[in-house]
Amino acid sequence: MRFSLFLLNRVVSMALVLFGVSVLIFAIARVIPGDPARIALGPLASAEQVERLRERLHLNEPLPVQYYEFLKGVFRGDLGISLYTNRAVVTDLLSFLPATLELVLVAGFLMVAVGVPLGVMAGRNRDGPVDNISRIVSLMGVVTPSFVWAIFLMLLFSFALGVLPVAGRISESVQLPEPITGLILLDALIRGHWSVFGDALAHVVLPALALAAAGIGQAARLTRANVAEAFNRQYVELARAFNYGELKLAAVYVLRPALIPTLTILGLDFAAMLGNAFLVEAVFGWPGVARYGVQAILHKDLNGIVGTVLVISMLFLVVNMVVDLTVAFLNPRIRLGAQAS
Amino acid sequence: MIALFESEGWRRFAANPLSLAGMSIVVAVLFVAVFAPFITPYPKHAAAFVDILNASQAPSAQHLFGTDVVGRDLLTRVIFGYRVSLLLSVVVLVIAVPIGVTLGLVAGYFGGLIENVIMRVTDVFLAIPPLVLAMAIIGFLEPTLMNAMIAVSAMWWPWYTRLIYNMTRSIRTEDYVAAAQVVGSSKAHILFREILPNCGPSLLTKMTLDFGFVILIASSLSFLGLGVQPPTPDLGSMVADGGDYLPDYWWLAVFPGVAILLVVLGFNLLGDGLRDVLDVEL
Repeated sequence: MRFSLFLLNRVVSMALVLFGVSVLIFAIARVIPGDPARIALGPLASAEQVERLRERLHLNEPLPVQYYEFLKGVFRGDLGISLYTNRAVVTDLLSFLPATLELVLVAGFLMVAVGVPLGVMAGRNRDGPVDNISRIVSLMGVVTPSFVWAIFLMLLFSFALGVLPVAGRISESVQLPEPITGLILLDALIRGHWSVFGDALAHVVLPALALAAAGIGQAARLTRANVAEAFNRQYVELARAFNYGELKLAAVYVLRPALIPTLTILGLDFAAMLGNAFLVEAVFGWPGVARYGVQAILHKDLNGIVGTVLVISMLFLVVNMVVDLTVAFLNPRIRLGAQAS
Repeated sequence: MIALFESEGWRRFAANPLSLAGMSIVVAVLFVAVFAPFITPYPKHAAAFVDILNASQAPSAQHLFGTDVVGRDLLTRVIFGYRVSLLLSVVVLVIAVPIGVTLGLVAGYFGGLIENVIMRVTDVFLAIPPLVLAMAIIGFLEPTLMNAMIAVSAMWWPWYTRLIYNMTRSIRTEDYVAAAQVVGSSKAHILFREILPNCGPSLLTKMTLDFGFVILIASSLSFLGLGVQPPTPDLGSMVADGGDYLPDYWWLAVFPGVAILLVVLGFNLLGDGLRDVLDVEL
């Protein structure tokens, strides 16, 4: 009961923020000086062509009417026609989004799967070799732009060692299974096509690692701090006195409280990763939403830009909500505290 | 100046080799950027310039970072690239920090409706992934240095609003604020003379860290072709151009890339050092 109220609260506040985002992006698109139709068509287009496009984009209506039309479209799942591809923006986004989603999800997985164990090991043995390695990884992760990571990783693994593919999402020789989710890894897994899975995995590892580089370090540092604290707690002392193994100690008694702040950071890092996906996709020729977004921007594609920003923000908000709820689920104090206040 | 080096704070700062390393990197980068034309033997190579006979040469004694595909000295371009990056970072902070700080002070001090409006707008800005917001803004303008500065500023101010808002909320109940209210000080005096100075250490630390991160984001924009345009040398677009020539002309992408991470690293270590000495939490 309490939890459902908490959930409702989160959903409503997310909807409000999303509404704000739609106003903001709409405002940016319309208020910035210059005629979007003229900019999209270029200086060579005739006045008549520009007028026709203005009509199509509802640009001659007053701003509130324009916004109303825009919002009506959003609720119908219609983000207008892309001026760049001449297809519905929603169709475009749906065809490019799975690739980006796959990349970001694998990056998120790496961040937790590499960062958290690294942090636990560093926290158990403070100022030891693992701790120092995690310090360096974290510092370099944060200060190195993801496109530079991407190029370094590509030079090392694709060119120097030659063990991983240079670019793309799948080898040309591979026959793709009929898509179910659009995420190649998941589809291959569901259908049991192991060779496809292996090939897709080889392609995604480097871009995902470049994307996760900053997050791995952060997750490791944060886990380390919380683990170090948790190891000093009395209940851990007690568990140790009962002669529980170190692995069980770490996995059961220390990790759970230590994981909560890490999860919160994961949600925030997801935003950074969605943005940085644009950079990594550019380096690895990853056929995701980023390439579409950049092309939309370069072609001054009003609907394309607005749609891309809206969908990416929505993804970010949804992930953050899921993270918030997971944290609340793991930590009763938060969901009950929200209730009490 | 001498007093600074004798102070307790400096001794603590200097005791940490990482902080000193950070400061050295920052000072070195500032030095080469300011005196760029006098440092490099090829100042002409910073602009449009072609020397096809010397094109795409690997690093050597004449060209420590090698030359690019039209024969320009890459080290020269990197040094001049630092100029553009540092200038951009200064302008972004000069625009974003006063806006963010003022809004944070107002929201935190006055509360009520005005607080709600400001902080909800801040939430909306923070709900759009940072790079994506800047890209969208540039999308509706033209990709130029000036517009890159505007776009990055537009995504940066909310972080300062949030920081100063939280601090103001805890400071406004302090005795000295109450004292200023009692003697009838103006609201502006209370905000900017009583509360703001107490945010100083946090603000200074955050700005130092951000100086590097603004460079990182701006270079990301120009990497995508949405920032500084050629022939102006820019580290991000140099990496992008160099990426087309991997792995044969590896130096074209690697050196500008290392240059970016070096300057961000410098400001990061310096900021961390300041954080420890000034004892602030961000």
